[in-house]
Amino acid sequence: MTIELEVKLAGLKLRNPTILAAGILGISKKVLERVAISGAGAVTTKSITVKPRKGHNNPIFIQTTRESFLNAVGYSNPGLEAAKKEFENLNDFPVPVVGSLVATDAEEYAYLTENVREIDFKAIEIVLSCPHTPGFGVLAGHSTPEATKEITSAVRKKTKLPLFIKVSPNVMDLGKIVKAAERAGADGITAVNTLGPGMAIDIETGKPVLDFKVGGLSGPALKPIAIRCVYDIYESVRIPIIGVGGITTGKDAIEMMMAGATAVGIGTGIYYRGIDVFKKVCDEITEFLKSHGYSSLNEIIGIAHRD
Amino acid sequence: MEIPEVLEIKNVVKENWKTKTFFFYKNIEAEPGQFVMVWIPRLDEKPFAVTFTNPFGITVTKIGPFSTTLHQMYEGQKLGIRGPYGHGFELKGEKICILSGGYGIIPLSFLSERALLKNHEVTAIVGARTKDDLFFLDRLKKSKLIITTDDGSAGMKGFATDALKNELKKESYDCVYTCGPEVMMKKVFEICENFGIECQVSLERYMKCGFGICGQCCIDDLTVCKDGPVFSSEQLRKLTEFGVFNRDDSGSKIYFH
Repeated sequence: MTIELEVKLAGLKLRNPTILAAGILGISKKVLERVAISGAGAVTTKSITVKPRKGHNNPIFIQTTRESFLNAVGYSNPGLEAAKKEFENLNDFPVPVVGSLVATDAEEYAYLTENVREIDFKAIEIVLSCPHTPGFGVLAGHSTPEATKEITSAVRKKTKLPLFIKVSPNVMDLGKIVKAAERAGADGITAVNTLGPGMAIDIETGKPVLDFKVGGLSGPALKPIAIRCVYDIYESVRIPIIGVGGITTGKDAIEMMMAGATAVGIGTGIYYRGIDVFKKVCDEITEFLKSHGYSSLNEIIGIAHRD
Repeated sequence: MEIPEVLEIKNVVKENWKTKTFFFYKNIEAEPGQFVMVWIPRLDEKPFAVTFTNPFGITVTKIGPFSTTLHQMYEGQKLGIRGPYGHGFELKGEKICILSGGYGIIPLSFLSERALLKNHEVTAIVGARTKDDLFFLDRLKKSKLIITTDDGSAGMKGFATDALKNELKKESYDCVYTCGPEVMMKKVFEICENFGIECQVSLERYMKCGFGICGQCCIDDLTVCKDGPVFSSEQLRKLTEFGVFNRDDSGSKIYFH
């Protein structure tokens, strides 16, 4: 029996459900190509802003327990104009490239979306949920149903591409936020961004370790929160979900899909298993499906919701 | 765990007019070419090559605000250290040549010591601006030493790369190891290619996470912090960005020419 890992995600055909999460490695077309060759079904760029941003000072990424990292990168990226050059000629790219965009308000989001049209992205992801960058995401009040509706509508008017909204796990009204996104025309929900923010203090010096002091939590410790968020979102909306948070193994991916995710994002998992984590996770998914008598991923997506 | 370990400075040694070595109360295991991330709380964290392991030491040249602050620190004070990280130099064959430009001597002097310990025959070509910029020559005294300076104040006047060409015409080597300005290293690589000699190059890029996931230090599709910082001829042949551009803290390209 052959096992088919292909999934359809908001009109995109992915050869497998693993996607490189935004902010990890995606600085250039060349490194995204390596991730694709290493097995990812789709890849996401580092988030693009209108102007270049240096991001926060180092340390920007630290480990706090075996299973958790904190990061406060601060959206370092060379800006829109550099992105147009960096990601030109994506026609021949082996898998769909998702353009991750961040901006300070609906108007700037619309401007950015309009201006990345010349890049051959296959989908757009907008990040309304960063916990550690002033002017963006949670710190700019973007993680409310009202702001989600306003920004999603503004972006929707500027693109026909599949549009994913990346949400925070920290909000009480996640159901309302994702419904607002769906009503405003989003094609999918990416859940979740990092948790927190959290903080680590070095007890020898008495100083916070991250230069920005606080950062979002990622890694296996985030997984149960992400699973619960995806489960809740699946109950709230009909659009597909990309489950992100703590996925390092095929079993993690299966669990996320049973909660309702159509595809899974992997970021910090690269630390634990290398860039070919994508191929490893796919092989493990296949093995699980085979040994449990499933013939396709469609048979498991959302099954945790059945009585 | 990828988090700084705070270490007390044991002593500080002045190497030249703008270079100091900081020793710590700790021994570590590291390969020449590997680096550590050095954290000054509430300021920043930057990569530095490991220069000594027993006790652990790093050698720092005063260049920007971070190294200037580091230079003001003294014994008994504390610094955060993560690492060692990356893929260091691999010793090959019996007879090797190291070529340093400026502060490239820092990891290469450690390599030379390691190579001599393992009974390799070492030729060291040390390039510097002037006599006053030279240091660590005592670590190279058991190797065949060739010094070049831009102004002729020590050794031969001229470029280290010219000295390399002369040396390769006279002698055969199993591998050439280089660290220094990237444009110089590109030239060393090209010379080695012409002579058909394996070369290992230690590259520098703006580093952030240090463990291969943030992507800041990528050169082509490789991460300098994890796949590098030392790259082999086989890898260098495929790199289109080597000797062409670097990226700043935002990821914007900074061309060498």
